Amino acid sequence: MEDLVLQKTDLYDYNKYTQADVRRVLSKTQFNEDDFAILLSPAAQDFLEPLAQIGQRLTRQYFGNNITLFTPLYLANFCENHCTYCGFNCYNKIKRAKLNIQEIEHEYKAIAKEGLKDILLLTGEARGQSDLEYIASAVRVATKYFNTIGIEIYSLDEHEYKYLHECGVDFVSIYQETYNKERYLQVHKSGPKRDFSYRFNSQERALKGGMRGVAFGSLLGLSDFRKDIYATGLHAFYIQKIYPWAEISFSVPRIRPFINEVNVKTDVYEKQLLQVMLALKLFLPFASITISTRETQKFRDNVVGLVATRMSAGVSVGVGGHDDEQKGDEQFEISDKRSIDEIHQLLYKKGLQPVYKDNIFL
Amino acid sequence: MDDKLVIGGHAFTSRFILGSGKFSLDKTPVVIKEAGVEMATLALRRANVGGEENILDYIPKGVTLLPNTSGARTADEAVRIAKLAREIGCGDFVKVEVIRDTKYLLPDNMETIKATQQLANEGFVVMPYMYPDLNVARDLVNAGAAAIMPLGAPIGSNKGLRTRDFIQILVDEIDLPIIVDAGIGRPSQALEAMEMGVAAIMANTAIATANDVAKMARAFKLAVEAGRLAYLAGLGRVLDFEAEASSPLTGFLDN
Repeated sequence: MEDLVLQKTDLYDYNKYTQADVRRVLSKTQFNEDDFAILLSPAAQDFLEPLAQIGQRLTRQYFGNNITLFTPLYLANFCENHCTYCGFNCYNKIKRAKLNIQEIEHEYKAIAKEGLKDILLLTGEARGQSDLEYIASAVRVATKYFNTIGIEIYSLDEHEYKYLHECGVDFVSIYQETYNKERYLQVHKSGPKRDFSYRFNSQERALKGGMRGVAFGSLLGLSDFRKDIYATGLHAFYIQKIYPWAEISFSVPRIRPFINEVNVKTDVYEKQLLQVMLALKLFLPFASITISTRETQKFRDNVVGLVATRMSAGVSVGVGGHDDEQKGDEQFEISDKRSIDEIHQLLYKKGLQPVYKDNIFL
Repeated sequence: MDDKLVIGGHAFTSRFILGSGKFSLDKTPVVIKEAGVEMATLALRRANVGGEENILDYIPKGVTLLPNTSGARTADEAVRIAKLAREIGCGDFVKVEVIRDTKYLLPDNMETIKATQQLANEGFVVMPYMYPDLNVARDLVNAGAAAIMPLGAPIGSNKGLRTRDFIQILVDEIDLPIIVDAGIGRPSQALEAMEMGVAAIMANTAIATANDVAKMARAFKLAVEAGRLAYLAGLGRVLDFEAEASSPLTGFLDN
């Protein structure tokens, strides 16, 4: 699958498409790989309004008015990887911390008090500091408070995913960051994450390990975003073909400033970000799309319900920070700092339905 | 005439079942009222007892709850969800949904038969959601189903009765209520299905995605009632051709 995705991405020449191609695609009701390529092209950028009209219709068809709310919790920010775009990278001089199990439970209680039932647990990649057993204990305690537990941690072996699933994890987010192998090696200078293929095959190992769903994503701005999203979409498409029961979701983060940042990014503008989200929506309308707190309030408020159906709220991207004072520095700067209650009110105002619980662990 | 829909020994006057999963919860009571429904489905995965935005808090008392097993990928998972529903007080009705395809959300008929059998044995009133296949419907009857719920088109598609001919076969051959469950996008399609002799209609997306959900709920109520009346009245003659042929092919018999 890796070869197929990379080969197709390599051959993807988005400049060859014309407005006539886009018009032809817009008259369709279902969109295949070739249509996806056209929808992501610069030619389609002038058709954002008709794309949005179709996108919203599909969002309503598949998700109704529902917007799932969740919050991330950073358990630790120790990391052995040197990823040039990340604030947690091992050479960055930041305050490192790791919550102990009592501190974790305090955080859970504070989050659960807000009504949230869906949590995403994150760590950096440091098997010495945040080993599998540490994550497993955090998960076991989380099952007392939450119905949906997702992880966004380092890539694991299949048996390790299986173990965490048995402990209570249902969803795994693993972002390839970029599907351009050369660029991948440039920005992942050292550490286990440097192994492109091991990371690429994480979703498959997670599903084989019994997980209910997996998330895909590229960090927009690291490389050519059109090619990266094309690859992201194809990656998910092929995984869904092999594992048709899997729940698929996308995140579309853009690079955000972080402490001690040296400029590593190629700008991706909001207009392009929306195009990317719409192209994914039309290609795989059953997949959920998460809108990050990295984005501005205005952008988030407008894309939720239009293309995005998962939204984080009450976010802290430092270690801890929901209950006690934050223990370690942040991974990146967030843009939308609104509380859960504020997001709840916003959704109601927009005629959308905040969903706190949408899963039964089976 | 006392025309009741009877499912598992329970009689209902309304032949419209509301799916509650896709619209804002605060609209649920008014939609239920306008649609005149006596039964509403709810996804147990959404039930958030004691928590925020719990669907169970929005369904008025007196409406029969039809929890569905959405999220189940196997018969075993469906059985577990149904038991959880019973535990939290949703009653004995269950709509079995076993889906292991996130793209089209098409039901797995084989697993659905297994789940129906197990749940019927445990005293549930089982209403399985299925792809309209006569052999499967017969197996579901034998497994103890209380009604059969074939899809008209993929869930949420609002495409109408794409499986019309196969649903007609179920109506003609199966002695349980046939309830069209998915794909009904317009009141006219609901009416068409009811005219065919379908026992009831379930809809969700069609109402949830309307501009005025309360008005659309009422429109569905009226369409379902009209379709039922038309079925009971017996449809009149519909000619396939504009008129009778002027040069009859059997005229030679008279010469």
